[in-house]
Amino acid sequence: MTERMRAPLAFAVMAALLVSVGLFQSWSVALAIFNLCLISAVMALGVNIQWGYAGLFNVGIMAFTAIGGVAAVLVSYPPVREAWTAGGAGLMASIGILVIMVGSIALIQRRMPPGWLRRGSTVTVLALGVLLLQRYFGTSTAAIEGIDPAKTGFLGGLGLPILLSWIIGGVMAAGVAWVIGKIALGLRSDYLAIATLGISEIVIAVIKNEDWLVRGVKNVTALPRPVPYEVNLQQTDWFIDLVARFNSSRLEDVVDPAVREALLNTLVVEGSSLFVKLSYSVLFLIVLLIILGLSQRALNSPWGRMMRAIRDNDEAASAMGKDVTWRHLQVFVLGSAVVGIAGAMMTTLDGQFTPGSYQPLRFTFLIWVMVIVGGSGNNLGAVFGGFLIWFIWIEAEPVSLTLMSALTSGLAEGSAVRDHLIESAPHLRLFVMGLVLLLVMRFSPKGVLPEKVRHT
Amino acid sequence: MSYLNDVLNAFVLLSNFVLLPALSYGSQLALGALGVTLVFGILRFANFAHGDMMAFGTMVAVLLTWWFQSLGLSLGPFPTALLALPFAIVATALLAVFIDRSVFSFYRKRKSAPVILVIASVGVMFMLNAVVRFVIGPDDQRFADGERFIIKAGQFKKITGLDEGLAVHSTKVLTIIVALAVMFALFRFLQRSRMGKAMRAFSDNEDLALLSGVNPDRVVMVTWIIAASLATIAGVLYGLDKSFKPFTYFQLLLPIFAAAIVGGIGQPIGAVVGGYIVAFSEVMVTYAYKKFLIYLLPDSWAPEGLAQLLSTDYKFAVSFIILVVVLLVRPTGIFRGRVL
Repeated sequence: MTERMRAPLAFAVMAALLVSVGLFQSWSVALAIFNLCLISAVMALGVNIQWGYAGLFNVGIMAFTAIGGVAAVLVSYPPVREAWTAGGAGLMASIGILVIMVGSIALIQRRMPPGWLRRGSTVTVLALGVLLLQRYFGTSTAAIEGIDPAKTGFLGGLGLPILLSWIIGGVMAAGVAWVIGKIALGLRSDYLAIATLGISEIVIAVIKNEDWLVRGVKNVTALPRPVPYEVNLQQTDWFIDLVARFNSSRLEDVVDPAVREALLNTLVVEGSSLFVKLSYSVLFLIVLLIILGLSQRALNSPWGRMMRAIRDNDEAASAMGKDVTWRHLQVFVLGSAVVGIAGAMMTTLDGQFTPGSYQPLRFTFLIWVMVIVGGSGNNLGAVFGGFLIWFIWIEAEPVSLTLMSALTSGLAEGSAVRDHLIESAPHLRLFVMGLVLLLVMRFSPKGVLPEKVRHT
Repeated sequence: MSYLNDVLNAFVLLSNFVLLPALSYGSQLALGALGVTLVFGILRFANFAHGDMMAFGTMVAVLLTWWFQSLGLSLGPFPTALLALPFAIVATALLAVFIDRSVFSFYRKRKSAPVILVIASVGVMFMLNAVVRFVIGPDDQRFADGERFIIKAGQFKKITGLDEGLAVHSTKVLTIIVALAVMFALFRFLQRSRMGKAMRAFSDNEDLALLSGVNPDRVVMVTWIIAASLATIAGVLYGLDKSFKPFTYFQLLLPIFAAAIVGGIGQPIGAVVGGYIVAFSEVMVTYAYKKFLIYLLPDSWAPEGLAQLLSTDYKFAVSFIILVVVLLVRPTGIFRGRVL
C-alpha cells in the first residue's frame, strides 16, 4: 500500500510546494518555476531512458539541449534573403563536398581490401575534400556574416511555426546522437562519460563560433512565439471581459469609476502575463504527458525488459542473442531526441537563443541529479526529480540569501565580510545540489521513487 | 647569411609561441593527469572532481598569497605563491582525505560499480565548485608577482640581433622546473619507497597485494594525499602562468583526462607523456603559422591566410580528437594501461 501511495504523495507534496510559492511569493513566479519544472522533467525523462533503462552514462546532455535550441532558431526565424544570395550557394556547395567526401571514404573503407592502397586513397580523398572545402566554405561564410552583422549576419531560419521545431529539435538531436554513438558507444562507462563530456564542449564551441549558423555569441533574440503576446492580449475585448468576470467581486467593491478603470487595467496587465505563462504550461504539459506515456509503454514492453536485461547483465543478454551495441545506440538516440525536444521547448519559452548560457553544471549535471534523486529506471521518478530539483535550484537562491542575511545580521552594516557573504550566497545552491545528490546516493540509492521490477 | 637569419628568426618565433607555451602547459597537464591516473589506478574510477580539487587548492594558495603580500612577505624575484604552496597542499590533502572518508570509502567498502563512484565524484564536484565560488567568486584572479621575465623580447633582440624576440616568462620556466622536480620525486617514491611499491602492487593486483600484507586504508590515504598535492601544484602553476578562474579549472578536466588516457590510464609515466602530447597538439594545431612560413619560404610562396589549422576556439576539439583516435586505435593507451 505504501509503495503504491508513494508517487501520488510525492507529487501532492510537489504541488503543495508550488502552490505555496504562488500564495507567498506570486503566481507569476510559481508559474515560471512550473514551466521550467515541466521542461526539466522532459530532460530528466530523456536521461532516464539512457541511464535508467540501459545504464549509459552520458554527460553530454548540454549538447543535445543546445541542438534543440538551434532547431528552434532554424525553424522559426524568418530567412535572411540577402545572406542566402550572398553565400547560400557556396555553403550548399561545401555541404555537398562534405557529403561526397564522407560518402566516398565510407565506400572506400567498405569496398576496398585493407592495405596501403585503401589507406592511401582514404587520405587522398580526405586531403582533396579539405582543400576544396577551404576554397568554398571560408569565403561563403564570411559573405554571410558580412550581411548586416549588427542585426543578422546569419542565414536565418525557415520562418515556420516554432512548435514545429520541437519535433525537428528531437530529430536533429537524434541525428547528432547517432554520429556520437557510433564513435563513443561500445566503450566502457567511464570512457563514454569522458567522450560525451568532450563532445558536448565541442558542440557548444561550434555553436558559439560559427556565426553564420545561429549568430554565435551575438545571440538570436525575438523568436516568434506559439502563444499570444501580452501587449496584444491587453487590447483584446474577450480577454478584458474574462479578467473583469474573474475579478467581478473585487471590481464591484470600487465605487469610483475612474479608480475601477485603473484597477481593471492593472488586473489585465497582470492577467495577460499569467495567461501567457499558463498557455506555455499547457503546451509543455501536453508534450510531457505524451513522452511520459510513450516511455511508460516502452518500459513495460518486451523491448523495455530486454533493455533492463542488457543493463543488468550485458554478457548474458548478448548470449541470448541480443545485439547489445545496436540496442545501446538505439536507446542513446532515443534519449537524446527527448532531450533535444526539451531543448527546443526551452528556447521557445525564452524567446531567444543564447549559446553563452549553456554550462555543463546547469545543463548536464543538474539533469543527472534530477534522475538520480527522482529514481533512475522509474519514469515517474525522473519526472518527480525534474520537478523537485528545479524547485530547489530556484528556491535555494532566495532561501540562502535570507539565511545569509540572518546569519550576518550581527556584523556591522556595510562590512566587507558581510557584503561578500551576501553577494556569494547564490553559489550555495550548487553546494545544496551536491549535498542532495550525495545524501540520496548514500541513504536512498534508488531515489525517491524507486524502480519497480515486477516478478511474475 | 640572410637566409640563415630567416631560419633563425623562424626558429625563435616557434620557440616563443609554440615550444615554451606547450612545454609549460604540458607540464601542468602532466601533473594533473598524474593525479587522475593514480586515483584511477588505486581506486578504479575516473574522478570528475579533480578539476575542482585543483581549483580548491589554487584558491587556498591565492588567498594565502594575498595575505602574505599584505604582510609584506615576498620571495624576491620568485612569486609569493610559492611560499603559500606548501600550506595550500596541506589544506587540499586534508580535504581530499576527508572527502574520501565521508563519501568514497562507503562505496568502496560495498564494492559498488565504478560508475557509482563516478557519479559520487560528480556530487563532490558540485560541492567543491560551490565552495570555491562562494569563497573567492567566479571571476578571474591574478596573483602572480615577482620578476615577470627572465629575458624580455627586447633584450633578446638586442643580444642576438634577430628580428624576432624570445620572451622567457619566469612563470613558464618555473612551471617546467617545478613539474620536472615533482615528477622525479614521485617516480622515485613509486619505484623505491616501501609505500610506493605497495601502491604499485595494489594497483596491479588488489587481492595479491592484500594477501602480501599491504594495508589498503593507508594506500588509499597516501594516494589521495599525493593526488591532492599534484592537483594543487598543477593548479597553482597554471594560475601563475595564466590566471585563476574556477570555470577554466573545471574545463581543464577534459585535456587532463585525454592526457591520462592517451598515455595509458593507471600508468604514471603515461600521464606525463600524455600531458605533453595533448599540450603540443593543442598549441601546434591552433598556432597561426603565417609568419613562420614567410620566414622560411621564398616570398612568392607566402601563404594568403593565417595558415592556422584550427581556430583557438576549438582547442577542446584537439584533446577530444586525440582521445577518440586513441580509443579506436589503441584503447589501452601508449603505455598499455587498463581498459576502463
